[in-house]
Amino acid sequence: MSAILEVTGLSKSFAGLHALSDVSFSVEQGSILGIIGPNGAGKTTLFNALCGTVKPDTGKVLLRGKDITGRSAHRTARDGMVRTFQLMRPFATMSVRDNVAIAAQGKHRRAAALAHADEVLKRVGLADLRGVQAADLSTAHLKRLELARALATGPEVLLLDEVLAGLVPAEREPVLELLLELRASGTTLLFVEHVMSAVMRLSDRVLVLDQGRVLMEGAPAEVTSDARVVEAYLGGGFSDAGP
Amino acid sequence: MTTTAPVTDTVAQVERADRTLQVVLIGGALAALLPLALGPAQESVAIRVLIFALLGTGWNVMSGLGGMFSFGHAAYFGLGAYSAGYLLVEHDVSPWIGMVVGAVLAAAFGVVTGFLALRYKLRGAYFALATLAFAEMLRLFALNLDLTNKAIGLNVPLVRGSSWWKLQFPAGSSNYYWVGLGLTLLALVCVVLFMRSRMGQYALAVRDDEDAAASLGVDVMRVKLTTIALSAAITAVAGTFYLQYYLFVNPDLVFGNSVSIQAILPAVVGGVGTVLGPIVGAMVLGPLADLSAGLLRNPPPGLDFLQGRSGLDIMIYAALLILIILVLPKGLYGSARAWRRNRR
Repeated sequence: MSAILEVTGLSKSFAGLHALSDVSFSVEQGSILGIIGPNGAGKTTLFNALCGTVKPDTGKVLLRGKDITGRSAHRTARDGMVRTFQLMRPFATMSVRDNVAIAAQGKHRRAAALAHADEVLKRVGLADLRGVQAADLSTAHLKRLELARALATGPEVLLLDEVLAGLVPAEREPVLELLLELRASGTTLLFVEHVMSAVMRLSDRVLVLDQGRVLMEGAPAEVTSDARVVEAYLGGGFSDAGP
Repeated sequence: MTTTAPVTDTVAQVERADRTLQVVLIGGALAALLPLALGPAQESVAIRVLIFALLGTGWNVMSGLGGMFSFGHAAYFGLGAYSAGYLLVEHDVSPWIGMVVGAVLAAAFGVVTGFLALRYKLRGAYFALATLAFAEMLRLFALNLDLTNKAIGLNVPLVRGSSWWKLQFPAGSSNYYWVGLGLTLLALVCVVLFMRSRMGQYALAVRDDEDAAASLGVDVMRVKLTTIALSAAITAVAGTFYLQYYLFVNPDLVFGNSVSIQAILPAVVGGVGTVLGPIVGAMVLGPLADLSAGLLRNPPPGLDFLQGRSGLDIMIYAALLILIILVLPKGLYGSARAWRRNRR
């Protein structure tokens, strides 16, 4: 096993506000890295900086050893690192199926892309809704569409920004199963999540961000027992809240 | 999983695009018979409709399908008219070749100016203003350069009888109509094929959400520039056809703002972003344009003050536009299609 993604000294400021400062970590291929931290800790900015949605001020991002720092979003995606958006961003005028086919078209011709889209839709449980216009979907379905599109690109590294938010517990389970399945098939996952039970269950490693800095990185059990993490993220009430 | 479901579905999707193609081809075949039924006066209205249709179809690709609102399609129209006009007048080159040269030049102009506007992240109204400025720039060039014969413009040298090679026919010949119809059908087929293609699908995705498209590996700039190039090329063809029909161009006639407005109208009236919308819009606007011109030439009693004035057509367009936006924001064709879908 080797590190598929290596991040060193990544920093980004917006008008003097340090959204990220000196963030470093690495992710093993086929593992799941959970990213947690209070609101405003820089989790989404980290994803943006990794995927080329924003350009980092300093630092390096290596994907499979190749420097992709500051590369445009579409090239990062073609290199195999794909992200979802916390606030769902469907192609509203297109059908669910065409939404996913757009993502599959990078690697398949049009007809094959549609077939591949159907496969992915079945996998995330949206097969019945494939003819529906994306604008008419509910939040829970849009979350799954967001995931389906990212999957359809055939990513090696998948960055998930709160895919569980807005889902009731019964709806979470199939998504969690899917993520585990993805890891089993060799996909590397980074996921930002507030649902702690999911973070604890899925993550091989957990990265804790606070005010743009890495507070600590470690196995789930190490993280939850760390006094600093409990202080920063959970406000001291973690043991009561429970995983 | 089985592959039968997606395969049949793929067929269904191709069928839907094929149905639009069928409508285009059958409608075209019927329209080709029209000169048998029309008098010369009505035929000139029909040709106006075709010019509107081509112009509107061009605009619709960039602004309706591509989501980049253009207020400067006169630039492409004028490039099509002046390229063919210059080559014909100065070098005796066939307008068919001039048409291709004009389309290529317009596409190149669209790509360069589009790149500049998009490179600096102009959006919405600012993008539209940039396209307006580029069109005005070309109008001023045409007005001041010897190459384009300044304000006088270009007169197409007349040929005896009719000539397909010189794309010139005696007044009242139905050939103009058939040429215009053929070009319009060709443009529509191109648009349908484009929408079915990978690039066309990307264009729709980019219109809906370009950040999401980029995050899935879509090269947004390339998609936008390709869309602009197709739009510009179709519009330039309309320009060349206009030149050969009226046999005269000057800077205001083809690079003026009124051309840019007339490019927007057919799609807005018929239905922005639908393939057939601009055609429906053109069928409304052509007769209206003719009606207003007639009113100015021979005003009815009581409206004598209209005699010899100009600009009535623009006032009528404006009133129509307000009406459409208030009552049928999706346009005539767009609203009808939405209504039919909801009933099913």
